[in-house]
Amino acid sequence: MSQVRAATDDDNDRVDPARPLLELTGATVRFGEETALDAVDFRMFPGEVHSLMGENGAGKSTLVKAITGALTMEAGILRLEGQQVTFATPHDAQVAGISTVYQEIELLPNVSVAENIALGRESRRFGLIDWRGMRRNAAAALHELGLDIDPASILGTHPVAVQQLVAIARAISTDLKVLVLDEPTSSLDLNEVAELFRVIRELKTRGVAILFVSHFLDQVYEICDRVTVLRDGRLVGEYKTSDLLRMDLVQKMLGHNVSAYRASPGGGAPEGDGPVFFSARGITAAPGIADADLDLAEGEVLGLAGLLGSGRTPLARALTGVDRLQSGTIRLEQRDENLANPRRAMTLGVVYSPEDRRADGIVGHLSVQENITLSVQSQRGVMRRISTARQRELAASWVEALDIRPPDLDKPAGQLSGGNQQKLLLARLLAVSPRVLVLDEPTRGIDVGAKVEIQNLVSELAGNGLSVVFVSAELEEVLRVGDRVAVLKDGRIIETVRSADVSVDQLLALVARPSVPEPEDERG
Amino acid sequence: MGVVKHRLFWPIAALLTLVVVNTLSRPQFIKVTVRDGQLYGALIDILRNSAPLMLVALGMTIVIATRGIDLSVGAVMAVSGAVALTIIHDSGNPDNLGTVVSAVVVALLVALVLGSWNGMLIAVLGIQPIIATLVLMLAGRGVALLITEGFITTVNSGPFEYIATGYLLILPFAFLISLTAILLIGAFERRTALGMLTEAVGINPEASRLAGVRSRGIIFSVYVVSGLMAGIAGIIYSSNIRAADANAAGLFIELYAILAVVLGGTSLQGGKFSIAGTVIGVLIIQTLNSTILFLGVPSAQSPVFFALVVVLVVIVQSPRVRQLGRRPRGATGSDGTADKPAKAEVGA
Amino acid sequence: MTTTETTETTRSSPKQADDRFINRHASLMPTFAALGVLVVLLVAAQLYFGDFVSPGNMSALLLDNAYLMVIAVGMTFVILTAGIDLSVGSVMAFTGILLASLLGRGMPAAVAVPVILLAGAVIGLLIGILVQYFDVQPFIASLAGLFLARGLAFVVSLKSIRVDDPSVLWLQSTRFQVGDWYITPTGIIALLAVGIGAFVLQYTRFGRTVYAIGGNEQSARLMGLKVARTKVFVYLVSGSLAGLAGLILTAYSGAGYPRNGIGTELDAIAAVVIGGTLLSGGRGYVLGSMIGVLVYGTIKTVISFLGAEQAWMQIIVGGLLLLFILIQRFIVSRSERRE
Repeated sequence: MSQVRAATDDDNDRVDPARPLLELTGATVRFGEETALDAVDFRMFPGEVHSLMGENGAGKSTLVKAITGALTMEAGILRLEGQQVTFATPHDAQVAGISTVYQEIELLPNVSVAENIALGRESRRFGLIDWRGMRRNAAAALHELGLDIDPASILGTHPVAVQQLVAIARAISTDLKVLVLDEPTSSLDLNEVAELFRVIRELKTRGVAILFVSHFLDQVYEICDRVTVLRDGRLVGEYKTSDLLRMDLVQKMLGHNVSAYRASPGGGAPEGDGPVFFSARGITAAPGIADADLDLAEGEVLGLAGLLGSGRTPLARALTGVDRLQSGTIRLEQRDENLANPRRAMTLGVVYSPEDRRADGIVGHLSVQENITLSVQSQRGVMRRISTARQRELAASWVEALDIRPPDLDKPAGQLSGGNQQKLLLARLLAVSPRVLVLDEPTRGIDVGAKVEIQNLVSELAGNGLSVVFVSAELEEVLRVGDRVAVLKDGRIIETVRSADVSVDQLLALVARPSVPEPEDERG
Repeated sequence: MGVVKHRLFWPIAALLTLVVVNTLSRPQFIKVTVRDGQLYGALIDILRNSAPLMLVALGMTIVIATRGIDLSVGAVMAVSGAVALTIIHDSGNPDNLGTVVSAVVVALLVALVLGSWNGMLIAVLGIQPIIATLVLMLAGRGVALLITEGFITTVNSGPFEYIATGYLLILPFAFLISLTAILLIGAFERRTALGMLTEAVGINPEASRLAGVRSRGIIFSVYVVSGLMAGIAGIIYSSNIRAADANAAGLFIELYAILAVVLGGTSLQGGKFSIAGTVIGVLIIQTLNSTILFLGVPSAQSPVFFALVVVLVVIVQSPRVRQLGRRPRGATGSDGTADKPAKAEVGA
Repeated sequence: MTTTETTETTRSSPKQADDRFINRHASLMPTFAALGVLVVLLVAAQLYFGDFVSPGNMSALLLDNAYLMVIAVGMTFVILTAGIDLSVGSVMAFTGILLASLLGRGMPAAVAVPVILLAGAVIGLLIGILVQYFDVQPFIASLAGLFLARGLAFVVSLKSIRVDDPSVLWLQSTRFQVGDWYITPTGIIALLAVGIGAFVLQYTRFGRTVYAIGGNEQSARLMGLKVARTKVFVYLVSGSLAGLAGLILTAYSGAGYPRNGIGTELDAIAAVVIGGTLLSGGRGYVLGSMIGVLVYGTIKTVISFLGAEQAWMQIIVGGLLLLFILIQRFIVSRSERRE
């Protein structure tokens, strides 16, 4: 990724850069006993991209909701272009010129692009829908952003990145003043991110103020002019990105020095010389992974790196029996095994922690205790029920070992924070005494403190002899945690390297390498 | 324990209220007499007449727990009755115990097959429960009609009639059948791990699968059980009217069964369920029915009352009304409920 | 996630044109399939019976199934919003017998007919309110409607009531003939219902909101569409049309009968699904539902021509419904995998 390039004020001399377009003063929001925002000030300037940063629970989403009319503040004044405004609903905010593009693309997949852009304020003749006019206006809005999308096509037939751009086109078809982008790049690959940034820069020239909510530090530094840091509902400060170093930013978010990552005492497996414990050959599974080979020794951590869509998750799922193999073999301790489904894989000691822990991992309405004992119980079968006393004992020991908070065994798992939910998942998997642990994005969406906890835990487990496959989008993390890293691209492993041998930039170059006609499979 | 009290409190209270109201208006309501070593009385009638609904509702409870629904139970009842009666009718000696037993066994086997059919569509092919069971709801009655060739087959069979009208020890045989079912299913769900695993599957099927739960197996089996229950209910129904009426057997019973489950506190979203709650729900419905009949309302008109009950129950259980009863919860910074929102079983 | 092309490669034109067509009309495919099924059925019947596709038979097709067509229009609206209405058969029976009863007491048809339409609308409104404002699942809410309407039908009368009012009977007995083709006023009503329904869905904001709700209710709300109002209204529409169907059925049979319409909602759902509307909402057309009803009617006619028992009707319709659902499922899982 390119280094820091701060936007200069020369970009927007059409609008007065000195006066904030949007200004929030003294914003206070309380939910029952809890104060989500405490007298926070926030401002956005026209033609600037402003990022909102902070850990989970810092108040970012609350602030965004306050600006976009999704909730009402206890105290605080919101000013748009100098005028005080109050929004009762997000629609009111939209009408006033504040539009939001949500992470889940809140559009309609079953109707046309044109309708998505226009619905709610579509052109009408005699009270009836004027289709031709609608298509014309949509084409104009798309053209303004330099997008080549067929207005008559159904939205659902386009990939997420395109749908997002349509959402932005919808936003600009009104008199747009402020655009809020909520985690816009989570599902995009490098090229799509570049396209999005191009559109953002185009909007900047029109004097639109953009709120960029994201936890990808690289991107924040690439596209944002300004950053506001929140911590525990309070404002820490507002800075220009050109003036603030990354470590300082992280420090302000956390409020303390991030504990340095400790490598595991045993240092994992000796460089590729240990006996191969778990290996896969020719793994092909639909969708998304073909002909993958890998080897794993006991106590070794193998990182899987690559862009979105490169096949990391399909590979992880194929290795653990979650998805069916179209072809390929898996060997465990020199013996071929058929991992037909997750249950069978678990019996053999191969377990998987899913990418989407909320949807596919946690059973939200069951308690912490039940979640932890779920796999152990399933392995024992229906008839041999674990006694309630033993269940509690088991759950309590894991809660303590992994420091799951709050340590309430009966709390519904869905109410835990992301980091604790991940630890809960780990407890469940570790309770069946696995030998191979495949973790898919275990630290995604988790605050920095918990991230490091989990990374340390992985290292400790490897030190105790567990083999780990660690999937992550963050290259630095993959390098830090993994003894070796397998790089994936377009559904294949293109290279496997030893972490000690490469830097982040070199790894990035590998990952970002344009597709070659015949990628060679190399083993590290 | 506190939770149990809370969950079953309202259903029990409702049932007791009904019983009290009835007793006040007709004191003989709670009178139970003994004759020839058999119990009689309005309460006994309720226990006996509730058997078909009880069986169907038990099956429906565990189906709903897996976030599913079984609309075909009425049709399965019709088929089961049709099969049994046709066998008895065509056998030439309807009073033979052996004939009756084999007819019942065959009918129940057919019901098991139909339940497995549902299970296959839903657990293996992944079709939505409401749609999959809708198919059998449609086609099943057609099959029953074909078996009875459009007629209402009647038989005179002592052993067969015993099922619905006979007594064992001092209690009606039909009631004992349903009691056995309650105890068996209740024991199986709670004494084994099946209860928790079923709840896990209902709350989040994919997460359960990844956690190593035999989701498919559990989902398949609840429909088989539901089919079997409906089969037994169909036998009892036919035994009661001594005929196989393919059109009327189990008509609308699925609706009453769902109502019973909901009255008992199990949520239609799936997940946590209560066998005891369903039992109380069935008794409430049966008592209400008895009340309506006693008031002289033609039974065909009774659905109006049940419509009101349904409306009342769902309104009371609705989030909007629940919010009136408690202070607004604060949203913490952490994730909310982590499950996929339970979409309406209907094509969502 | 799709793997995106890294460069702007130009693709060959014919494939691009094909893709464009599919991207624009993806939702129409199931309806085309239904039309195909209808054509195949008619051709097969024609070959087998020899004179199946005759003006007389085809006209009768509309005549006999006009009531179902009207109900299917209402059901389409409801299913498009990812809901379902199980009450329509009972509402039809209720309004039918209510009409017969009112006419029997001397109320003029010009008053009685609006009254029963209103009755249907009110039941639909109740269901809609339960669904929208009390967060009740459509299935349960319409179940309550089913109970209510069915019970009320028997409250009106435990037995059937004959209708002698000439203006009502006129709806069925009159035939407008063109050669051997004929159509009754009831048939016209049914076609009008289809036409108006299709128009509303395509050209009014209400109609587009219906599609929006089925596509993504949350998004529709965020886009400023009047979701709450629309969701209630589709059930009102469904109830009113069920009332209209009651009128048609009463005219057709010359009497009101409280046991009418048992299972009709299932037939309507089957017709709508066969016609290409997805039960998950957001995709489908009223014209497709009309085709679905014609498929249903054709099968019924074939069965009666064959002299087979009517029980086969239920089995075949059930089987067709299953087939179409499997196809829908297959298509959906294919497109999901492509992502």
